[in-house]
Amino acid sequence: MAGLELLSDQGYRLDGRKATELRKFQARMGVFAQADGSAYLEQGNTKALAVVYGPHEVRGARSRIRHDRAVINCQYSMATFSTAERKRRPHGDRKSTEMSLHLKQTFEAAVMTQLYPRSQIDIYVKILQSDGGNYSVCVNAATLAVIDAGIPMRDYVCACTVGFVDETPLADLCYAEEGGGVSSLALALLPRGGQIALLQMDARLHQDHLEALMEAAMTACKGVSKVLDQVVRQHLQEASVPSAE
Amino acid sequence: MLKSKTFVKKTRSGGVMKIVREHYLRDDIWCGSEVCTECKQESTALQRDPCMESNLCSYPHYVIPDTNVVLHQIDVLEDQVIRNVIILQTVLAEVRHRSAPIYKRLKDIVHEKEKNFYTFTNEHHRETFIEREPGESANDRNDRAIRVAAKWYSEHLKKSESDTDPLKVVLLTNDQGNKQKAEESGLLVYKCEEYIKSLIGNPELVDRLALSNDDKNDITSSKVLFPEHLPLSRIQAGLKNGTFLQGTFRASRDNYLEATVFVQGEGEDSTEVLIQGLQNLNRSVYQDVVAVQLLPRDQWVAPSSVVLQDEGAAKDDNEEEGEEEKELRVSAAEAARKPTGRVVGIIKRNWRPFCGMLNASIIKESTRHLFTPADRRIPRIRIETRQADALAGQRIMVAIDGWPKHSRYPNGHFVRTLGSAGDKETEQQVLLLEHDVPHQAFSQAVLSFLPTMPWEITPEVMVNREDLRSLTVCSVDPPGCTDIDDALHCRELDNGNLEVGVHIADVSHFIRPGNAMDKEAANRGTTVYLCGKRIDMVPELLSSNLCSLRSNVERLAFSCIWEINHEAEILKTRFTKSVIKSKASLTYAEAQMRIDDTTQTDDITKNLRGLNKLAKILKKHRILKGALTLSSLEVRFHIDSETHDPIDLQTKELMETNSMVEEFMLLANISVAQKIFDEFPDCAMLRKHPAPPPSNYDILLKAAKSKAVEIHTDSAKALADSLDVARVDGFPYFNTLLRILATRCMMQAVYFCSGMDSDFHHYGLASPIYTHFTSPIRRYADIIVHRLLAVAIAADKTYPDLMDKQKQSALSNNLNYRHKMSQYAQRASVAFHTQLFFKSRGILNEEGFVLFVRKNAIIVLIPKFGLEGTVFFDSKNKAAPTVVFDEEGPSLTVEQHIFHIFDRVIVTISLDASNIQHQKIRMSLIEPVIPGVSVSAPEVEPLTKKPRLDR
Repeated sequence: MAGLELLSDQGYRLDGRKATELRKFQARMGVFAQADGSAYLEQGNTKALAVVYGPHEVRGARSRIRHDRAVINCQYSMATFSTAERKRRPHGDRKSTEMSLHLKQTFEAAVMTQLYPRSQIDIYVKILQSDGGNYSVCVNAATLAVIDAGIPMRDYVCACTVGFVDETPLADLCYAEEGGGVSSLALALLPRGGQIALLQMDARLHQDHLEALMEAAMTACKGVSKVLDQVVRQHLQEASVPSAE
Repeated sequence: MLKSKTFVKKTRSGGVMKIVREHYLRDDIWCGSEVCTECKQESTALQRDPCMESNLCSYPHYVIPDTNVVLHQIDVLEDQVIRNVIILQTVLAEVRHRSAPIYKRLKDIVHEKEKNFYTFTNEHHRETFIEREPGESANDRNDRAIRVAAKWYSEHLKKSESDTDPLKVVLLTNDQGNKQKAEESGLLVYKCEEYIKSLIGNPELVDRLALSNDDKNDITSSKVLFPEHLPLSRIQAGLKNGTFLQGTFRASRDNYLEATVFVQGEGEDSTEVLIQGLQNLNRSVYQDVVAVQLLPRDQWVAPSSVVLQDEGAAKDDNEEEGEEEKELRVSAAEAARKPTGRVVGIIKRNWRPFCGMLNASIIKESTRHLFTPADRRIPRIRIETRQADALAGQRIMVAIDGWPKHSRYPNGHFVRTLGSAGDKETEQQVLLLEHDVPHQAFSQAVLSFLPTMPWEITPEVMVNREDLRSLTVCSVDPPGCTDIDDALHCRELDNGNLEVGVHIADVSHFIRPGNAMDKEAANRGTTVYLCGKRIDMVPELLSSNLCSLRSNVERLAFSCIWEINHEAEILKTRFTKSVIKSKASLTYAEAQMRIDDTTQTDDITKNLRGLNKLAKILKKHRILKGALTLSSLEVRFHIDSETHDPIDLQTKELMETNSMVEEFMLLANISVAQKIFDEFPDCAMLRKHPAPPPSNYDILLKAAKSKAVEIHTDSAKALADSLDVARVDGFPYFNTLLRILATRCMMQAVYFCSGMDSDFHHYGLASPIYTHFTSPIRRYADIIVHRLLAVAIAADKTYPDLMDKQKQSALSNNLNYRHKMSQYAQRASVAFHTQLFFKSRGILNEEGFVLFVRKNAIIVLIPKFGLEGTVFFDSKNKAAPTVVFDEEGPSLTVEQHIFHIFDRVIVTISLDASNIQHQKIRMSLIEPVIPGVSVSAPEVEPLTKKPRLDR
């Protein structure tokens, strides 16, 4: 009958969060030994695995070689069991291709590619379970994986989706909120400098509200960066303890 | 601070799908009570000492209602007595799911500060969240959640020990099982009825209680009167395979045993299904959405022309029914039979509170009474009240609770009283309520968006605005008008052409899109003018002050300025926001005098003369193109300044200046319509007037033919021309009568969104495109048009809803509905005042003309009062005269006399007050004299100086 009430009068969202609160983060770095870098990230019920290979020699067509910087190759895929209805094609469909491209753009802006001319960096991300904000979880997971691989970046790349409901921006949307007719915006930010690596929005929104929405997205991304920073520090501590012995 | 809990839900969308959602539990949800020291809340809703004195609970307490209590007893909860109530999130969500209107009312209560309602988000509270157990139904889980929350509250309030007694929590539920379980877990729990009855000093509240299910049984006998309604699933199946039809139920005004169901078909082919007889009507109430099943063709009947009113007393439930129904089944001609059906189920009830009066039961001690609604299409309702004595002779409101299959009448409960019947204030309220006119005072939220006084024009306001204060602008309006929304100017340019400006109050400057004031105005849609009262669309500060273009004050305006040559051809058109300072606010009569008085040569008068000259040419052009000049009689009451009773009645007079102002308003509307349509072809709000289907003209053609006058209806122009030449010697009023008839043939003009329709033509004005721009103070459509135009000339910003054609279309539907209703309300108000007038004047003899001829009556128009009345030829207590009706004429032969349309008659007018709820004007024939039918002219009482106060 009546659709879902995305934001109650008391200021609570469907899942009990307040407007600016993020979902629960759980992350591990260095989950695979074979790859150069890897990370697993849960943001609420959205779970993603990111793996980084490289930098290594450019494989395949020699024409892709860049003499002044490294080439970034991204591949995004979704596990067939990641959604409520089983997916037919894990990757290669239009949506995944688009997502791969967005990831590539994001990381080309963040990774210091000029340090590795004539080489290639591969980033593979897989969504194991999808519950909204797939793009931003992928970016956050990939950031951890790139850091795990020891590839220098300008800053953490932190991404977050925000939606606009009843004149209020909601941070870190879950699937039910994304589907509830909310105009949502995805932002990937380099938080220290406040530079925008990628900004994506394909819904209608009145331009008066854009500023408020951007503001909320920035704040949310800075929140994400804090969490990621903690994860990295903790991982380093854990990794350094055995080597000191 | 966050705890994550995941649960699994199954929903159906084609197949079964597993949905996983997160559910965070929090420990920062506060209890909302003033006493609590533990919770770190900023503001509290629940008071320290809640004062609801009750016999059952003598201690201070808060109340927690469960879902069904809220759903059924919302009228009680709305009462000012009920305060300090905790609404649980579980309850709110269930109410939202089950009934949107009640949800809205509940939210309104929660927002009201004085009611001290608090919404507790129990589903996300760490200690009150519960998971559904295996085998537990959703309803049981919710009941348990409510109990757990109530339990938590009582423990929690105990902890915050204050100097007084600890506060307690009382759970209200009507569910026996729930109540028992709550008692087991040591909660204070009462049934809603018990609790309300125990409240001290509020006997009235008990009447507002809706009857709950288990009470119904003892009201009526167990005899089943109606067939069972089918469950929704069977109805849906039936609709799908075509055995049932879905439609809106429309009860007949004249016959309570008859109704039609309007079935909306694809596109144009909508059908009407006739329903006859109590059994077939099967407890449907006017406006319900019902499912009907067609009867076999041999059982089809024709609509009866008998007038039947349900007047049986409450006792004799179904004795005479049989007889009345038999009377209905008079065998009808085969051709007249219509598809007939019976109601098998109700898809959606559309009950609202109804106005009406109580028929007190004959038994004095009885608490059950019948209530007769003012609207004859609504059945009588049985209510339970102990204050029947107090309510007798009062107009009251009653809501329906349900209609069990063994009850002749629906059961309802008393909502509130409006005042004594026949009282002017009360009757006005009744007609506003019955016509669904929102008329409450503006809420604080709305008023908060008003500009602060003293208001003045600041430099920010002047951005994008032209300063036209130096122009000689003046306004021309009816006398006593305080909401002046248009003003005019006219001046000669250096090149010899004329510059004419129409300046319209810039209401959209004050009413910003989306705020509470805007929403309220959009809902009201239009200002409603009743006799002696105006129900504003926007608050008075705007309508009569800041937006009213009064003389000698600076006002913001939206101007439409043309350069026109002396042949009234438009050379240039431009639109701008502006500031003006009107030099004079004239009435039509004053303006006319200035124009006619050749000695006056001041600026304003020159202005008016220029305008008048142009207006005449414009009108000529318009009529040449085929615009219709129609006629309807409008009356004006002279109201006594002290008693506010009408003392005289006079038809409104039209002057040249009326048509002068009208001409320029039309011109502005058309120019603006063209502009906004050019800029926004998809979402311009326009107004169209469809051409009537040829069959509508039948009555006009027949009537004209009877006087040997030919009327052509092929096009608007043909009609206008033939109306112009239609004259009958020695009958000067004939042309006006003909125009009145023509008006009745027309369709309603409607607002629509240009992206949703392709036919824009305005038939009456003979304009290819039209909109409303000139009265933003009293019409919401104009505000939208102003906003569109402002965006078009880059004077204002746009907003999403303005460009959304679906939303525009929904809005125009509401505006059309409100417009129609306000017209009905206006007519009803005039009718009521006419009655008051004749009540004070006594009996009158007047000359009139036959307007229509019916089977057993003629409808007479009295031009002097603009009053229409029916002269019946078959009355209850007299032997009916021989009456022969000829449909072709149409004419009616009574005894020896033949009545044609337009015949002149003399009638006597009196007030029939036998039915206090439906007082009506009664007319009887004096001339022509027909033995046994006409009455002798009664003595006309000499006019007393003062109207008698015989109330």
